[in-house]
Amino acid sequence: MQGNASTATTQPMIPLPHRILKVRRETGDVFSIETQPEGDESDFHFVPGQFNMVYVFGVGEVPLSISGDPARTHTLTHTIRSVGWVTQALKKMKKGDRIGVRGPFGTPWPFQEAAGNDVVIVAGGVGLAPLRPVIYKLLAEREQYGNISILYGARNPDDLLYGKELEKWRGRFDLHVDATVDSAKRGWMGNVGVVTQLIPKAISDPDNTLAMICGPEIMMRFTVNELQKQGIENSNIYLTMERNMKCAIGFCGHCQFGPEFICKDGPVFSYERVRNIFGKREI
Amino acid sequence: MASSPRIGAKYTLDREALQNLIVELTDSGYQVMGPTMRDGAIIYDAVRSIADLPEGWTDDQEGGTYRLEKRLDNALFGYNVGPHSWKKFLFPPRQKLWTAKRSDQGFEIHPEEEEPLRYAFLGVRSCELHAIAIQDKVFMEDAYVDPVYKARRENLLIVAVNCGQAANTCFCVSMNTGPEAKAGFDLALTEVIDNDRHYFVAEAGSERGTGLLEKLSFESADSQEEAAANAAVNRAAEQMGRTLNTQGIRALLQDNPDHPRWDDVAKRCLSCANCTMACPTCFCSTVEDVTDLSGDHAERWRSWDSCFNLDFTYMGGGHTRHSFKSRYRQWMTHKLSTWHDQFDTSGCVGCGRCITWCPEGIDITEEAAAIRKTPKSQEKKK
Repeated sequence: MQGNASTATTQPMIPLPHRILKVRRETGDVFSIETQPEGDESDFHFVPGQFNMVYVFGVGEVPLSISGDPARTHTLTHTIRSVGWVTQALKKMKKGDRIGVRGPFGTPWPFQEAAGNDVVIVAGGVGLAPLRPVIYKLLAEREQYGNISILYGARNPDDLLYGKELEKWRGRFDLHVDATVDSAKRGWMGNVGVVTQLIPKAISDPDNTLAMICGPEIMMRFTVNELQKQGIENSNIYLTMERNMKCAIGFCGHCQFGPEFICKDGPVFSYERVRNIFGKREI
Repeated sequence: MASSPRIGAKYTLDREALQNLIVELTDSGYQVMGPTMRDGAIIYDAVRSIADLPEGWTDDQEGGTYRLEKRLDNALFGYNVGPHSWKKFLFPPRQKLWTAKRSDQGFEIHPEEEEPLRYAFLGVRSCELHAIAIQDKVFMEDAYVDPVYKARRENLLIVAVNCGQAANTCFCVSMNTGPEAKAGFDLALTEVIDNDRHYFVAEAGSERGTGLLEKLSFESADSQEEAAANAAVNRAAEQMGRTLNTQGIRALLQDNPDHPRWDDVAKRCLSCANCTMACPTCFCSTVEDVTDLSGDHAERWRSWDSCFNLDFTYMGGGHTRHSFKSRYRQWMTHKLSTWHDQFDTSGCVGCGRCITWCPEGIDITEEAAAIRKTPKSQEKKK
């Protein structure tokens, strides 16, 4: 396991203080918080795919995936949808406020396996957040990979995350970016429909393509089906799982997914590894 | 008196020596915990002298029932395991992890510091030694270490007691975890009541154990005494009330998530979580962040949790395991099957607590047998 030795391995249950640098509204109920560690260690190192436990004083703690650039180690970014007490409290926080952070925890996306191959990134809704660090890293080492595609689906155009960045990425010649929405209003010129419709066009060499998926479980299920239909091997399909989590270090038992602990065996898994239980009801 | 005691050799101690053992441990700074009677059950609590032990009592256990009964002799350990397990001392049911105070900077977090407790457990059964070893794997031998567990565990002194009888709910023989304590103790005792003689055959499992023996009046056990102790353990092995066939059980349960038996057990299961609380290996916990009325002080508490609680799997999108069926399936599959994937051991030690303390008397050995009887292979894998 990689990451900050200072927090994750010595006192894994104690949140470390972070100062909020910026709170930015992304879409209706989604926002990003940029923080800086306040402890002795002024940098925060992580590998794309890892997550943190984020604490709001007097409210509680939630697991949040890291959505920022792994190369910018002086800041830490989480993109959050406000759905519960803690995330709603986070949304109200301002520059200069303090939050607690434990982490980073969990396994990275498979960069070594991806090297030399085409990469297809398929994201649904806020599922783009934990994949954004992947995109930053792939672009930073662009020459190590073949074709790179980013396929993104959201409910409607207003729910598309990181709109400006998406446009910027779309303008690059070394990147295939496509987006779709479930329902559009006037002015949307892109695709309408589910994200799986974008997959066939993005794959040219299935034997040498690695897919990384993040989104609601139902979306990931249909995405896996479509990728398989396009000839991609189960062992070249990776996805990231989510479950209730209290400790993030394999003690609390909440995140068990069959034999796996999502917090330490995941959250990133190859489909090959979890295919017996993935999609099974109430596992 | 014999020469210096050796690890593995057998010695005899009389009742008075046992009393001296408790005093010796207490004087050396240990909190001695052992079996004692409360509310009609034998539970683990502070023991100051052998008078605190349930002398002359035994237990009658079946699915959903537990009753204490008088024995005809004055045995001190003439019963099997009760509703408590030793995990409550090493992995406290409720534990403060840290305190946070509002400050100019926002807030400050102060980790809860604990003067490491020094426990001596008296009367640990073989299945319970295995349960402790299993929790060691969870809390000390994986990627992360639980500091409180580790500190208490490293200070722990264990006096095991071999079972001379088995309850109707016992199946340690099936799980290969008993009834004889083979490792993981400092001292192991076998109680023998022979005609009018009442004594213990003792074996040291560590240097701390031999050191303890040295301070007590001990004799080398003769062959007759050793034979009496062996007979007691053999009697317990023969009395096992339950059996569980563990052959291929890891694959059996993981391959049968859709077996109709899960629907059947769901009709009986109340999802009350008793089995997980009584289980000596169940380790799940939750955390609660509490604040005082001023809003200036917050605390994080960790407490035992159970996969039978609905909130256990709550996420923004709802609960993962809504049905009782899925919760029982999770518990039993984890205990007997996926535990092997995670910790390279079964999660079950065959102590039978989950059977006795289930208000419906649901029997893990019976449920496993039912699935084995008509296994259905999993749906076609993609």
